[in-house]
Amino acid sequence: MTPITRRGFAALAGASALTLSAPALLRAQTAGRMVVIGGGFGGASAARFASIHYPEVAVTLVEPQPTFITCPYGNLILGGKRTLADITHSYDGLVARGIEVIHDRAAGIDPDGHSVQLANGTVLDYDKLILSPGISLRWGAIEGYDEAAAEIFPHAWMGGDGSQITLLRQQLEALPEGGVVGLAIPPNPFRCPPGPYERISMIAHHLKQANPTAKILAFDAKDAFSKQGLFEDGWAELYGDMIEWVPASLDGTIVRVDPGNKLFISEFGEEHRVDLGNVIPPQQAASIAQETGLTNESGWVPVAPLTFEATAAADIHVIGDANIGSPMPKSGYIANSTSKTAVAAALADVTGREAWADPVYFNTCYSHIGQDYGISVVGVFRPGEEGIAETPDSGGVSPRGPLAEKAPDRALEARYADAWYDSITKDMFS
Amino acid sequence: MKPIHMALTLAGGLLLPQTATADDAGHLLAQSCAGCHGQEGAGVGAAPAIAGISAEDFIAMWAEFQADERPATIMNRIARGYTDEEIAALAAYFAAKD
Ligand SMILES: Cc1cc2nc3c(=O)[nH]c(=O)nc-3n(C[C@H](O)[C@H](O)[C@H](O)COP(=O)(O)OP(=O)(O)OC[C@H]3O[C@@H](n4cnc5c(N)ncnc54)[C@H](O)[C@@H]3O)c2cc1C
Ligand code: HEC
Repeated sequence: MTPITRRGFAALAGASALTLSAPALLRAQTAGRMVVIGGGFGGASAARFASIHYPEVAVTLVEPQPTFITCPYGNLILGGKRTLADITHSYDGLVARGIEVIHDRAAGIDPDGHSVQLANGTVLDYDKLILSPGISLRWGAIEGYDEAAAEIFPHAWMGGDGSQITLLRQQLEALPEGGVVGLAIPPNPFRCPPGPYERISMIAHHLKQANPTAKILAFDAKDAFSKQGLFEDGWAELYGDMIEWVPASLDGTIVRVDPGNKLFISEFGEEHRVDLGNVIPPQQAASIAQETGLTNESGWVPVAPLTFEATAAADIHVIGDANIGSPMPKSGYIANSTSKTAVAAALADVTGREAWADPVYFNTCYSHIGQDYGISVVGVFRPGEEGIAETPDSGGVSPRGPLAEKAPDRALEARYADAWYDSITKDMFS
Repeated sequence: MKPIHMALTLAGGLLLPQTATADDAGHLLAQSCAGCHGQEGAGVGAAPAIAGISAEDFIAMWAEFQADERPATIMNRIARGYTDEEIAALAAYFAAKD
């Protein structure tokens, strides 16, 4: 079928609409075409939601990877609790819903012409574009950290083809007895604020059994982090002095790496030799957002808080990690939750249905600290006069307290975290 | 502007505008719950099913969560983020599911 473009359809409507019946139009999915770039937390959720609630709209999803490997629960591979297969998801469920899934990379967007060019040359016209391409890594922001360096010091901060998290797991298994694991953790904002600290925990969980004299040195470009009290309680309770966290104020900012000599070099010139280095570099919106001119000087995309339409381009709604959603975290749950508001806003125009006037943006991030030891943070957000704001007196983190008292709740939260993973991936791919 | 919609209604009154109803509000609000409680409140793994709870029971449970009077690891923190109208819309939505 030739796609009916916005212009084509308007002309068609003017010329011969009287001869068509509304149900026929609905069945033919010709109320308009929505293209989604990126089949991750934001994009897959958006495409699926649209296919269920706006059957009259034709939905095309563009994603280069044949399957989606989640970042969430990737840390559990390091802890030996999950395999790569456990966190790999098929697009078959979306295809079965009638979504056209194209496995290619979007090479360019023409905002004025309302079209997307794929790497293979195909041009897709759209009425509305949902852009959820995630992050790109700022190669070189840490001197010496480029794509080649990432083969020695993996970042494992994007799912991709799974090779990064697999490499990190292999390096962990090969760590010499009593070896040093170094992490370099970036400043805000970055993907998944509690992610590095869950990673430290899961590495420690593995080492406690496999290599108990090993050490973890976590160098941070910040002085505080998400769920800090809970993480530090858990580390002390479960891992004794295995973990040392070095904040920015104690020269924790890593500014240069030398992968050949296995060195991390700090802001004040201290050289740290590591046996295994996990470098989580500073980030920005994915390159397609940069190249389309949607980002501002921060490297992220400014959007309207109620619709997620990009400030720089009409009919392009940018969701997920790529946008500036502060104070919302860059999380999978936020990408999923906001995808639905963005779709409702985008398709209101196309279908004549109303957008969501008072949306709620919802986040929960669970983290695993050890066996049967889960914690969480909740945030309920709403768009307001001055951007997005957290709803007062709600949300927050799991209560702190000695493990002797909290163990049953920590065990429950670990199980609920597993339920979250299964539930949200159903909401993306089933 | 709604170019496509306008073109159609002007041309032949084919697509009538649908307005958001209380139902829509419930279904949109309930999207956030699908990240833990499964599709339409069906339950997943350890996360309890919430479909089919009567509106009255739902509203009573919610008030208990908000006041920390019902055992909770997380629902107390979640419940405090919603207004009375939103709770009523959620209650109606899940009561209508089975
Ligand atoms: C270790 C770790 C743990 C995490 N744990 C959690 C957690 O427990 N809970 C939580 O809520 N979040 C968690 N996150 C965060 C979560 O992974 C991200 O916030 C989420 O993936 C953001 O969704 P997104 O749609 O913006 O990007 P992604 O999910 O990364 O999806 C982007 C997709 O776009 C595709 N893409 C990019 N460029 C193009 C292009 N030009 N054309 C076509 N496709 C393109 C990519 O291939 C990718 O599949 C974690 C992250 C990490 C790193
Ligand atoms: C982050 C996961 C999570 C999200 C999101 C979530 N819940 Fe829950 N819910 C739970 C858990 C876990 C319980 C069990 C009580 C507890 O530990 O807090 C629960 C319990 C409940 C119960 C009580 C069920 C019973 O029979 O006792 C209701 C009702 C409920 N949730 C409704 C909702 C609604 C409505 C939403 C969406 C607005 C929602 N929940 C979002 C995790 C979640």
